[in-house]
Amino acid sequence: MTGIIDYGAGNTASVSYALEKLGVDLIISSSVEELERCDSIILPGVGSARAAMDNLRARGLTEFIKTTGKPFLGICLGMQLLAESSEEGETECLGIVKGSCTSFDKTVSKVPLMGWNRVEVTVSDPIFDGIEPGSYFYFAHSFKLPVITETIAKSDNSGTYTAALRKGNMWGVQFHPEKSSDQGLRLLKNFIEKGGAA
Amino acid sequence: MPAKRIIPCLDVRDGRVVKGTNFVNLRDAGNAVELASRYSDEGADELVFLDITATVEKRKTLIDLVKDVARAVSIPFTVGGGISEVADIEALLAAGADKVSLNSAIVKRPELITEAAYRFGSQAVVAAIDVNLEAAQYVVYVSGGRVKTEKEGFLWCREVESLGAGEILLTAMHRDGTRAGFDTELLERLSREVTIPVIASGGAGNMRHFLEVFDEGRADAALAAGLFHFGELGIKELKNYLIEKGIEVRP
Repeated sequence: MTGIIDYGAGNTASVSYALEKLGVDLIISSSVEELERCDSIILPGVGSARAAMDNLRARGLTEFIKTTGKPFLGICLGMQLLAESSEEGETECLGIVKGSCTSFDKTVSKVPLMGWNRVEVTVSDPIFDGIEPGSYFYFAHSFKLPVITETIAKSDNSGTYTAALRKGNMWGVQFHPEKSSDQGLRLLKNFIEKGGAA
Repeated sequence: MPAKRIIPCLDVRDGRVVKGTNFVNLRDAGNAVELASRYSDEGADELVFLDITATVEKRKTLIDLVKDVARAVSIPFTVGGGISEVADIEALLAAGADKVSLNSAIVKRPELITEAAYRFGSQAVVAAIDVNLEAAQYVVYVSGGRVKTEKEGFLWCREVESLGAGEILLTAMHRDGTRAGFDTELLERLSREVTIPVIASGGAGNMRHFLEVFDEGRADAALAAGLFHFGELGIKELKNYLIEKGIEVRP
């Protein structure tokens, strides 16, 4: 069973539809007790970093995320929250990885970045198994995490940024695998099936 | 830089796709979910659904459609048509839509953009703007192109950006359904006036028009309806052509 964290800032519907397509059992929950019973955890995210952190704290979920040993996947804002901070609303985030999220530069690129961007895997990882190098994934974001020690894939938008990261049992992807057609579903399948063993 | 996007637009009425010329003379073009799946398989980058149902059952029908589409495809899609409140937006996003497009309601009450962007993020808010070229002026229309407003097109585009819209879906009414090509002049000028992505709409008639709208018009995405629905142009064929011409699209 996969637990999708419901914290009032997520696109839980899209992620749950994607898991249904893969035949994965899931619950959508904000209860630590229920999430503790799951085999893997997904933190979706749309909206602003500050509102998201406030919502996670209000539900007592920050400690759970920081200490869970279960395979964990943060999507979009859910990945950015793993960093130390975000320029978006000057927000202190979970600090699971080093680094801070900053805005794209409006003078050199369109903001928000909306659309399909090429993802270059820089560190081989089981979540990218079976996905062709340089595949396109769907992104929708105004803030970005620079390339950091834990980066396993990067993308470019007038400068490189982290497209995917990994630290132990925790993965984060800036793109939306649930909206990235077949490659996206493959990545979610890899996370569900291989996340525990990797 | 993200790839240029090809977006089929599905005007829906009671769950069926319809298409007309200059917003009138509607023809039936098939089942909405089936068409959505077909476009997704063919490589469409996104889908836009504009609901033109004019009944009291409207909202429920639309929510059901959104759920069915979200279950059927794994690409992003936008829903628009008669959305006027934050509660409507919340229900559509919760049903599985990625973005909503707002048109008449934001002309009436521009703060709706800010309220929606604050709640759901700018990436979920598309400002749909219909303009008609009249005496060298781009005049904004609402209510599906039936009602003329006092607004000037470029000023309104800049305003929706400053209010927090994440994208502009700009329809050139004077080109819509004509197959005479996108209004690249309008789009090129807009690309210098705003820094949010622009989706071009109105006038697509052949593959060359898409090349022009990306190249000369500097649009981030291009939308078409009838051209795709009636099988005159395949999305794969179009993307192969654009790649050959040096435009970056998702293959």
